[in-house]
Amino acid sequence: MTENEGAISSEINKRRKKNVAGKKLFLMILPFLILGFLFSYFPLHGWIYALYDYRAPLKLSQCDFVGFKWFKTLFANATQVQQLIVVMENTFALSFLGIATSFLPVLFAVFLNEIKCKWFKNIVQTLTTLPNFISWTLVYSVAFCLFSTTGMANSVLQQLGWISEPLKFLDSGNHVWLSMILWSTWKGLGWGAIMYLAAIAGIDQEMFEAARVDGAGRFQLIKNITIPSLMPTYFVLLMLSIANILSNGMDQYYVFMNSFNKTSIQVLDLYVYNIGMTGKSLSLATTIGILKSLVSVTLLIIVNFASKKTRGESII
Amino acid sequence: MNSKIKKPVARNKIRKTKGDYAFHIVNYTVFAIFTFLCAYPFYYLIINSISANDLSSNGLINLIPKGIHIQNYIEVFKLSGLTTAALVSVSRTVIGTACTVMASAYLGFMFTQQKMWHRKLWYRLLVATMYFNAGLIPMFMTMKVLHLTNSFWVYIIPAIVQPFNIIMVKTFVESIPASLQEAAEIDGAGILTRFFRIVLPTSTPILATIAIWSAVGQWNSFQDTLIYITDQKLYSLQYLLYIYLNQASSIAALVKSSGNISAVANLATQQTPSSIRMTVSVIVVLPILFIYPMFQKYFVKGIMIGSVKG
Repeated sequence: MTENEGAISSEINKRRKKNVAGKKLFLMILPFLILGFLFSYFPLHGWIYALYDYRAPLKLSQCDFVGFKWFKTLFANATQVQQLIVVMENTFALSFLGIATSFLPVLFAVFLNEIKCKWFKNIVQTLTTLPNFISWTLVYSVAFCLFSTTGMANSVLQQLGWISEPLKFLDSGNHVWLSMILWSTWKGLGWGAIMYLAAIAGIDQEMFEAARVDGAGRFQLIKNITIPSLMPTYFVLLMLSIANILSNGMDQYYVFMNSFNKTSIQVLDLYVYNIGMTGKSLSLATTIGILKSLVSVTLLIIVNFASKKTRGESII
Repeated sequence: MNSKIKKPVARNKIRKTKGDYAFHIVNYTVFAIFTFLCAYPFYYLIINSISANDLSSNGLINLIPKGIHIQNYIEVFKLSGLTTAALVSVSRTVIGTACTVMASAYLGFMFTQQKMWHRKLWYRLLVATMYFNAGLIPMFMTMKVLHLTNSFWVYIIPAIVQPFNIIMVKTFVESIPASLQEAAEIDGAGILTRFFRIVLPTSTPILATIAIWSAVGQWNSFQDTLIYITDQKLYSLQYLLYIYLNQASSIAALVKSSGNISAVANLATQQTPSSIRMTVSVIVVLPILFIYPMFQKYFVKGIMIGSVKG
C-alpha cells in the first residue's frame, strides 16, 4: 500500500515538476509572444473604425457611430462604385498579367539549364537576380534616369534624329499596365527562376540518359522530363498568387504613380492608402481593408483546400 | 567532382547538329541580352555619377565615363538631409537585423522544447499571423496607440518577431542531433546555457541567411517611412531618394544651396538635379551591389529552406 502510494505521489510530483518547468519555459517566451501578437492580433481592434465616422484628431468616443454605413456606401453610392470598379479593374488586370507571366521563370530556368558554359551561367545568374534586391524606389530611380523626358532613352533617340519631341514614358496614362508588368518582370524574373533551377538540379540524371538512349531530342527532354518535374513547384506558386489576387502590394505602384497615370495604376492597396492616409476617410479605408482581408483569407482557405484535394498536400 | 566524371562522357556522346548550334546561338544571345538589360542600368547610374556633369546632363554619357571626378559625392554629403538619412538607414539595418536574428534564434530554439506549456498552441497562433493582416489603417492606429509613429523604433520593434524566421530556425534546430543537447543537459547545463553554447554556434548558417535577408529588407524598406514618419530627421535613405526623384522644387533648392558652397562655378562639377538624383541612387544601391555577390549563396539558401518548410 505505502509503496503504491509513494509511487503515485512521486508520479504526481514528477508531473507537477514538469508542469512548473513547462510554465517556466512559457514565461521565457511570453514577452516575445506579446510583442508578436501586438503587431498582428492587436491591430484587429482597429476594425472598429469602420463602424464610426472617424475624424483624424478626435477620440473615437467623440465620433458618430454609423453602423454599416460605409459598407453600404461602398456598394450603393454611384461615384464610389464607379471609382471602386476602376480600382478593381486595375487590381485584377495587374494580378492576371502577373499570373500570365508566371510561366516565364520556368522557361528562364529550363533554357538557362541548357547552357553548359559555367562562367556564363554564373554571370547570368548573378546579374539577373540582382534587381530583385533593390527597392522599388530605386527601380523608379532607374526608370527615371533612363526613361524620363530628359532621360537616356529620349536623349539617344533625339540624337539619332528618330524623334523630335521627347516621348513621355513615365508621365502618361497609356500602356501603364504593360510597363508595370515589364518592370516587375525585369525585377523578378531572374530571381523567380532560382527555385526552378534548384528543382532541375534535383532531377535524376539517369532519366535524361535513358530518354537520350531512346532517341529523345533536346525539346522532347524539356517537354517530357524537365517541365513536368517543375510543375509541382509551379503549381504551389500559382495557387499562392491566386490567393493573393487582391494584394498587389503598393510600393511599386506608389512610386510610379503620378497625376497622369493615377487612374490606371491605382490598385486596391494603393487606393486604401490614398483615401485613408491622404484623402477622404480613414473609416472608409478601414472598411475596404476589412473586406480585402476577409476575401484574401477566404481565397487562401479555398486554394489550400483545392490543393489538398488535387495533390493531397496543403500549401500553407 | 561530379563534373570531372561527367565531362568526357558528355563530350563523346552526341555529335552536335546544325540545329544544336542554332539553338545555342539563340539561347546564348537571349540570355546575354536579358543580362545586359539587368546590369546596364546600374552601370549607367555609376558612370553618370562620376562623369562630368555638363556632359551627363546632356545625355552624352552612355557607355564610357568621361571627365571623371568625385565632386558629386562630396557635394551630396554636404546636403544636411542626406547624412541624417544615411545614419537612420544604417542604424535601422544594423539594430533591426541584430534584434530579429537574436529573437528568431531564441524563439525558434524555445519552440523545440517539448515541455513548454501549450507549446503547439502558441506556435500555431504565431504562425497563423503570417496569413492575415489587419490592414493599413488599423496598423497605423496601433502604431499611434503605442507611440511609435514618428519614432525611430517603428523601424525596429514591429520587425523583431518574424514567424517565418522562427519556422526556419525551429526546423533547423530540430535537425541538430538531439544527443548534443541531451549530453549537455546531463552535465547540468540550463536551458540558456544550451542555447548560447550549443544551439547558437551550430545554427550559424541559418542565422546568416536570416541576417542577410533581414538586412536587405531593412535597407530597402520604404513603406514604413511613408506611413508612420513625418519627422524629416527620421527619413530613411530610400524615402529621401523618392523625394529627390519627385520634387523638382526641392531638388532645385538643393542645387542652389550646394552651388553657393562651391564658389567657383565649374560646369563639369556643378550640381544639377540629375547629378544629385544619380549620386544618391548610387549611394543607395552600392551596399546591395557589394553585399549581394558575396552572400549570394545565403540568399539562395533562404528561398530554398522557405520552399521546403511545408
